Amino acid sequence: MLDRDEDILKAAEDWQKAGRGVALATVVETWGSAPRPAGSSLVINDEGTFLGSVSGGCVEGAVVTEAMDVIESGKPKMLEFGVADETAWNVGLSCGGTIRVFVEKVG
Amino acid sequence: MKLSILHELNAERAARRPVILVTDTESGEQRLVKAADFAKDPLRTELDKQLRMGKSANVEAGGKKLFLNVYAPTAKLVIIGAVHISQALAPLARSLGYDVTVVDPRTAFASPERFPDIPLVAEWPETALPPLNVDAYTAFVAVTHDPKIDDPALLHAFERNCFYIGALGSRKTHAKRADRLRAQGAKESDIARIHAPIGLAIGAVSPSEIAVAIMAEITAVLRLPPKEKEEAA
Repeated sequence: MLDRDEDILKAAEDWQKAGRGVALATVVETWGSAPRPAGSSLVINDEGTFLGSVSGGCVEGAVVTEAMDVIESGKPKMLEFGVADETAWNVGLSCGGTIRVFVEKVG
Repeated sequence: MKLSILHELNAERAARRPVILVTDTESGEQRLVKAADFAKDPLRTELDKQLRMGKSANVEAGGKKLFLNVYAPTAKLVIIGAVHISQALAPLARSLGYDVTVVDPRTAFASPERFPDIPLVAEWPETALPPLNVDAYTAFVAVTHDPKIDDPALLHAFERNCFYIGALGSRKTHAKRADRLRAQGAKESDIARIHAPIGLAIGAVSPSEIAVAIMAEITAVLRLPPKEKEEAA
């Protein structure tokens, strides 16, 4: 309940209402020393502007790229990042954790 | 996420009402469950548990993988009395993530020198409390030892259904307080909600130790399931 990113969901709503394409990325699972807990989220608009964080900076770039696809297709995606999954992703979490991030379109 | 769900989620958050967003992570299907509706939900046990812990989690139900994203308001702590214990309690509570406000009409006590960076209201409870929006996500402690200040504050805490209400004083002092509150029309069930003597019994002596005992008790009330809560208190 504590220390949530308070304005991310508000931004998601405001951007959507302003006519932007918007996606929301949420950490749904973590293993090991992942930097942000499940429930942490990142909101991205179709200009590539984003707010919030799912990893404290390690994988945000890749999430934003994927979010662009999700805004385009409207289909949600599950992304997985971590050192244990080098074949699927080049970006890893330097801290040694693994996270799964659910990316969905808003609206 | 449908805009209608996002809109409702933001409205509930703005109103400081807890909700859990349930997402089927395979289909993307979602629903929002308000805390008031937990009891009639098929996932009630999981919803209750995750809200109590303030933690989002994955569960499997009916062959579906569901992500429960918990949106609980930031807990507040209102401290009545800018006394020595409060000087230790306020920063400790803040480090635990609470929004802290200290109320004391005695300006000599409620001074920024004694409470650096802590919001202070140097007014009587009748004036100070209404704008603070004391609610069910507020822990409320009265530590002035002065009935003129503590009693009206406690009546306000009853009215706002604070999740924790504590008051400083021995059993004897508390018995007198209970009599006074009763005379002012307080319900027995409300009086019984006051944790007094305040704090877990850890043999606290110094103001800082008493602050630890108080925050430990508040944490127990916030996080433990009802049965274990009774045992801890």
